[in-house]
Amino acid sequence: MAQNIGNPMISMPASAKKGDLVEIHCLIMHPMATGLHKDEQGRFVVAEAPAHFVRTVAASFNGKPLMTAQWGIAVSTNPFLGFTMRAEQSGTLKIVWQDNWGGRWSAESKLAVS
Amino acid sequence: MTRVKMRRRDFLRITLAAGATAGLAAFARRRACADNAAVQPSQAFEARTLADALRQTVGKGDVPLSARVKLKAPATAENGAEVPVSVEVDSPMTADDYVKTVYLYVDKNPKPLASEFHFTPASGRAYFRLRIKMGDTSNVRAVAKTNKGLLMAAVREVRVTISGCG
Repeated sequence: MAQNIGNPMISMPASAKKGDLVEIHCLIMHPMATGLHKDEQGRFVVAEAPAHFVRTVAASFNGKPLMTAQWGIAVSTNPFLGFTMRAEQSGTLKIVWQDNWGGRWSAESKLAVS
Repeated sequence: MTRVKMRRRDFLRITLAAGATAGLAAFARRRACADNAAVQPSQAFEARTLADALRQTVGKGDVPLSARVKLKAPATAENGAEVPVSVEVDSPMTADDYVKTVYLYVDKNPKPLASEFHFTPASGRAYFRLRIKMGDTSNVRAVAKTNKGLLMAAVREVRVTISGCG
């Protein structure tokens, strides 16, 4: 756990017109260890490092659920995610990442809708 | 490490012994806090074959292909550890008619189910972009499920030069 972990970031426009589609990009530092590796014969075997990965990413806007992702071990290290929302009213987007070891990180970003 | 194993074992025991109660608790927790929605891991992520993963997620193995599901992935990926993938599904995304879930599988990965996305009408578009790991050259597969239960799929082959499961 000594390696880089956490530091969640959200990148999205600060303002939008009502009805616009807003694209949200987010990123978190996480090893996303699969717990598996390939042996010399190319077979998948259990690795020394146990699986450690982000299992859920939940986005809400003004407290209302917007999008939830569940991830397995196949999502890349330092996972990037892009998704959208329809701009209806001003408010705060919140994203919460949770991993299989109980790690939990969150980030927020404000959107002004005119 | 021991701590994690213990927790998983506890989790399994509790789930098996009182599946219904755990389900209710999960439901209550989901209702109580949007931030924590869907913390319960789906067992389908542990499936070891595509057939099992499909059965445990959408209940069947043969989902019809549809041009409404647009799956973008490179034909050749030099690095299997970071394969950019995006999925967009044609849908009005209204309260009456929207894409509720999109599942993403890598057929030949040791655990084929890579991710599942749950959308709401507020999403505006059933769309996501992320980077995934691929162990070998394989089909990547997206299956979309609407709020009415309609299933649609898209498949693309990605040739992997260097495995992403080192």
